[in-house]
Amino acid sequence: MADSASYTTRFGSLDDYEKGGIEIIDDQPRNYAFSNMFEVASTSQPWEKVAVGKNMEYVLEVIRAEGTSEWRTCAHDEFPLVVDGEVTVELVKLAAPAAPADKGGSIRLDGEPAGQPMGRIVLRRGHQALLPANAAYRFSAARPSVILLQTILGDDTIERWAEICLT
Amino acid sequence: MTTTGANMIDQSDANAQGYREFTLGAFHFRRDEFFAHVTWPTGKHVMSVDAFLRALQRDVAWDFFYGTVNFDAVLGTVNHYGTVDLFAGRFNDAYRKAELDHSENFDTPLIRETFKAMLDDWTNADFDPFASPAETDKPFGVKDGSNTEAVTRRRVSARRMVGVPGDEQVRTDATHPINRMFADVPQDEPEVHAEPGFEEEVCAYNLFAYLSRSDVTWNPSVVSVCKNSLYCPTTEEYILPIVHGNDRVEWFVQLSDEIVWDVQDRDTGVPRAKVTMKAGDVAAMPGDIRHQGYSPKRSMLLVWENASPEIPELIRTGQASVYPVDF
Repeated sequence: MADSASYTTRFGSLDDYEKGGIEIIDDQPRNYAFSNMFEVASTSQPWEKVAVGKNMEYVLEVIRAEGTSEWRTCAHDEFPLVVDGEVTVELVKLAAPAAPADKGGSIRLDGEPAGQPMGRIVLRRGHQALLPANAAYRFSAARPSVILLQTILGDDTIERWAEICLT
Repeated sequence: MTTTGANMIDQSDANAQGYREFTLGAFHFRRDEFFAHVTWPTGKHVMSVDAFLRALQRDVAWDFFYGTVNFDAVLGTVNHYGTVDLFAGRFNDAYRKAELDHSENFDTPLIRETFKAMLDDWTNADFDPFASPAETDKPFGVKDGSNTEAVTRRRVSARRMVGVPGDEQVRTDATHPINRMFADVPQDEPEVHAEPGFEEEVCAYNLFAYLSRSDVTWNPSVVSVCKNSLYCPTTEEYILPIVHGNDRVEWFVQLSDEIVWDVQDRDTGVPRAKVTMKAGDVAAMPGDIRHQGYSPKRSMLLVWENASPEIPELIRTGQASVYPVDF
């Protein structure tokens, strides 16, 4: 008889994931935009922001975190969730907002941001953080890691649905 | 005049089994030891009271959710965000062809208060309709107390993000012990080093640990908010007690373990696909389907919603698609 107290929770990772699938009865697979975060990250360049979910202007972006990112800022809150590895976030309070107030998604900042350091967060798998509106932020990861970012479609969002989705 | 509260509810005294009966328009609801009985002018329906109470609990807690909440293939509600349709057979081809279907529209406060009173009266002391069947007693038998605390749980709804000062807070052993199926989930917290004065903006928490402590199943709750973009993660075990009919595209991110989704046409119930999601998978549920999930082991599912109230009208007028992306 199985030990009723023994359960293993299965999380995925870049090194170990198993993709599900769609059994079509009367539909098209593309209607489900089915992808896998770890598969997307495994074929992405570091810091590419690849949309894996889109609902009107809102997106979910998968980011392969590896090395140190550029500095970015955004006029609205964003929320990174680390789903594999370890990622450090540095935050700076900009002297003045750099992103237009009505701009969706983040923008790249040239060079080092001018402003007051707000702090630093170290995120591991399952950890979610707040990237406050109009702060500058930068990620770094010592080994390949994966971020799922809750944000809005921006100029640097990459949409390559035909490559990542089941068809 | 709009009235709220108990005085608007049409209910009887306790019947022979000890349960009150409820009338909502031309619909009548009665329970006995094992079943919920529903009648309307052109038909009648019977459900196991176990399935009925689990569905009723979600409909009440979600305030009728987005779109259609099918209790089963016959009975359900459609949310119009201010009013609610209660229907029988409306999304069932056979009932429609036989002209046995029936639908009535109610102001949300009336159906909300009636359903809440029914849920409270029909739920006995040892049954929790939000819990996994493996973690609660059975709902059957004659009236035996009540479980008001369980059926009126406050729905978590972060305004910005869980863990931000003044917002929803992380769960601890004191109120939310780790679920038996998530005993192996790491409980480490992020390292947060906020400079003085920035403690309210430099924030993070362990979402997976938070979810491992959920005491309910199939109950999406908001943990982070980017305008109308809502992260609504939930823990799933056994079967989604309702069949959700979408009025907009809804996205799922499988954070752990596995769920199998049966997908049917929203209006007819004809099967369209079976979607198996494993940890790391991302998929959309189109805006013209209904879906029901099966989770063999308690799993973590991120439900991602666009809460804009304009979407149903945008879809109806062809300004938005029922499909997630065009590629």
